[in-house]
Amino acid sequence: MNDMFDIKRRTFLKAGGALTLTFALPKFGMAQDAIKLPRNLERNPNLASWIRVHADGKVTLLIGKVELGQGTVTAAAQCAADELKIDIANLDVISGDTAQGPDEGTTAGSGSAPGCLPAVQQAAAEVRHILVNMAAEKLGEAADTLTVENGVISGSSGSVGYGDLVAGLDLNMEPTGKAELIPIEEHRYIGQSVPRLDIPGKMTGAESFIAEMNPEGVLHGAVARPPTYLATLVDADLSAIEAMPGVKKVVRNGSFLGVIAEHQEQAWAAATALSTTASWDVPSALPGSDGIYDWLETAENVVEKEIVKTAEPGAEANVLEASYYRPYQMHGSIGPSVAIAEMADDGTMTVHTHSQAVFAAATAIEELLGMPEGSVRCIHGQGSGCYGHNMADDAAADAALLAKEMPGVPIKLMYSRAEEHKWEPYGSAMIMKTRAGVDDNGDVVNWNMEIWSTPHSTRPSGSATRLLSGRYVDPPFIMETRKDGGPPNYAAARNGVPYYEFPSTRVATHFVTDMPLRVSAHRGLGAYANVFAIESFIDELAVAAGADPLEYRLRYLKDERARDVLMKTAEIFGWDSWEPGRNKGRGIAFSRYKNLQAYTAVAVEVQVVPRNGRIRVIRAATANDSGHMVAPDNIANQIEGGLIQSLSWTLKEEVKFDETGVISSDWASYPILTFNEVPPVEVALIDRKGEPYLGTGETSQCPTGAAVANAVFDAVGARLRQLPLTPDRVKAAMEA
Amino acid sequence: MIGFKLNGTDVSVDAPKGASLLSVLSEQLNMNGQKYGCGKSQCGACSVLLDGVRAFSCQTAAQSVAGRSVTTLEGLTEDGAPSALQQAFIDEQAAQCGYCLSGMIVAAQALLDINPTPTESDVRAALNGNLCRCGSHNRIIRAVMRAAEEA
Repeated sequence: MNDMFDIKRRTFLKAGGALTLTFALPKFGMAQDAIKLPRNLERNPNLASWIRVHADGKVTLLIGKVELGQGTVTAAAQCAADELKIDIANLDVISGDTAQGPDEGTTAGSGSAPGCLPAVQQAAAEVRHILVNMAAEKLGEAADTLTVENGVISGSSGSVGYGDLVAGLDLNMEPTGKAELIPIEEHRYIGQSVPRLDIPGKMTGAESFIAEMNPEGVLHGAVARPPTYLATLVDADLSAIEAMPGVKKVVRNGSFLGVIAEHQEQAWAAATALSTTASWDVPSALPGSDGIYDWLETAENVVEKEIVKTAEPGAEANVLEASYYRPYQMHGSIGPSVAIAEMADDGTMTVHTHSQAVFAAATAIEELLGMPEGSVRCIHGQGSGCYGHNMADDAAADAALLAKEMPGVPIKLMYSRAEEHKWEPYGSAMIMKTRAGVDDNGDVVNWNMEIWSTPHSTRPSGSATRLLSGRYVDPPFIMETRKDGGPPNYAAARNGVPYYEFPSTRVATHFVTDMPLRVSAHRGLGAYANVFAIESFIDELAVAAGADPLEYRLRYLKDERARDVLMKTAEIFGWDSWEPGRNKGRGIAFSRYKNLQAYTAVAVEVQVVPRNGRIRVIRAATANDSGHMVAPDNIANQIEGGLIQSLSWTLKEEVKFDETGVISSDWASYPILTFNEVPPVEVALIDRKGEPYLGTGETSQCPTGAAVANAVFDAVGARLRQLPLTPDRVKAAMEA
Repeated sequence: MIGFKLNGTDVSVDAPKGASLLSVLSEQLNMNGQKYGCGKSQCGACSVLLDGVRAFSCQTAAQSVAGRSVTTLEGLTEDGAPSALQQAFIDEQAAQCGYCLSGMIVAAQALLDINPTPTESDVRAALNGNLCRCGSHNRIIRAVMRAAEEA
């Protein structure tokens, strides 16, 4: 079956008339069997869903990936402008709208550069070829003799602008896959540090975020949360809340309680009063942050998986073992999640959301509200940086739940800081136990790692069971048992397989399906913890072998690009010329994200203060290879930012909870890195022109943790295996 | 009614009892700069200038600004164009998501207004009450230093 004609296209009913998007696609190029379209274009094989050309010669690019602060929209614009041969100023971008544009799934997993950009490039090239052919006909000249510059197609007899061709242009057609991309030497934007399109507005106060939108007649919503995850509502006095200032409506649906008020602060106050005065049945008992590791190792519902990369393990002269621990950690968006929903008279709903997956969110909301397929339109608007699956989708669903109770009124719902802190789906707690057999030289002959983890993704994926409030409405939506990710990307086991080539490698995952705390995709999923363990342990093996940690890694690293980033990092750090100082140390670590995206190594210099156990990161250096670089400055920004965020995770962050609930409810109880603690970071980028674009956004978090722990060991001889590397743990390790 | 000067213009607003300045600016006066982040003066995203001094608008009662002067990110622009400080942030591409940036720029302006030639340490100290989650700290510091050097 030709799946190009099996397009599952959302239909959307617009207020004031039915606009049904269906496409009868002309069959093109059936001889294209050998031509492989970029995946996202193959899944959305209609050029009109990607590109619109306007009569004034301007172009609109539509993409399914969205702006999270990672620069994807600008990078996509660069790709389109180059292939269309237009000035980037003549291009605007629509992203993440379920009523228009391609469905590119979730903006996550460092997937935009490898997924979206090649699709945009090919789609733009196809459109350019179509326009050139039309111009050739108009000018009476051969297409291959025409030139294109700034959207003007010229031949010997004259010129035609793109805008002049709009009248006869219908892009409702499949890409052929045959349109050739322009040569790399002709790139005007790809490979250049084009200023981000969204930054000037954000610096001057132009409306840039959903948080800033205030549609006419807007009211504000809030949810009265139960005391714990598993609590059920026994009784609530809604009338007392309805009498509070500004309150317009109180909503009860099963154990879900919501409030609509004139102002956000009034909605929060009413929701807090409602939550605290309601009577709840609270049956749950959590393991608590101190008991979570014992709980993980003894959990009952476990799916076992083993990945074996093997040859013949050599004879073991010695065995080393270690255990590493990563707590629950937060996404910790600076702005809590927010959404605006409005129910129209015709029964359709429009939701402005900063979800990473607007199509899946729309379907999940339809299920939650019992609305027909295609009746909810989600439009992406920017939110505070999310770094994975935070509460964006929950806010969209909660706004929709309330908006359904008050048709015709836009309901804006923003969570309070405490709500986002206590109810977001965290990055899972994990245990990594490593064991290595080494030979007489200290070389690895047999590498083993076992991983214990709860799930890493509960994204909506079109199901109301993944929305927080889905648990509380009547009847409730009960989440099915979560599965671990499979190859090649994995979830709990992401980057669990070392990139080093050892004679024998075995990685086993104990995937615990229960979730004492709510969890979902946290930047890098299991990769941060797994790389922390791998890169700490190989450092321990190097020390045991009496080898330089850099040289020891290079023994097992066969991929030249991996070796290059490691050596480049060492070079800019000054590894060879580094002078030890009192309580000072250096550490290095490497990973290739998912073992198939960008390569990153990180080196840090630290100073430890023995009196109080504090770690000061003096400086950091990092080299990155993201393939052919589309947006170099943006890659540098992502790499440096990820490194700094990872320093925060590594040095400070742990979600605290007791038997009844989460204690970390603000930035005092869940501190993150501040300006005084951020080191200078030197970034070196390795460009690989002509190579595929590799995802960058989650790559530098992974090696940063171990680089710090290794530097602490180098400084004071204390090996820290439990994250975060707090002063108390440093002191305890130094005294051990 | 509460009357005060907002970005140089007299405004008057009927705010609910107990409303924060943040709420009034965002919901009643359609200002975009100040953002809700924590409601506890812990993150700095809501920063504004109150009589020229940085204030956390999330914990400033709207009633308390009567007769005073409030400046938001919008108020720093000059004839609709970015100020030198805002332009420095644009030139340094000193953001990822940009949610915290309004607070950063306002806090940096408050610093430059009392110390036009800060050291890097001065900048770090002045911004230490502003949280950035994306890790754009070094770019932000460079932007402030650049604005100071170009002034």
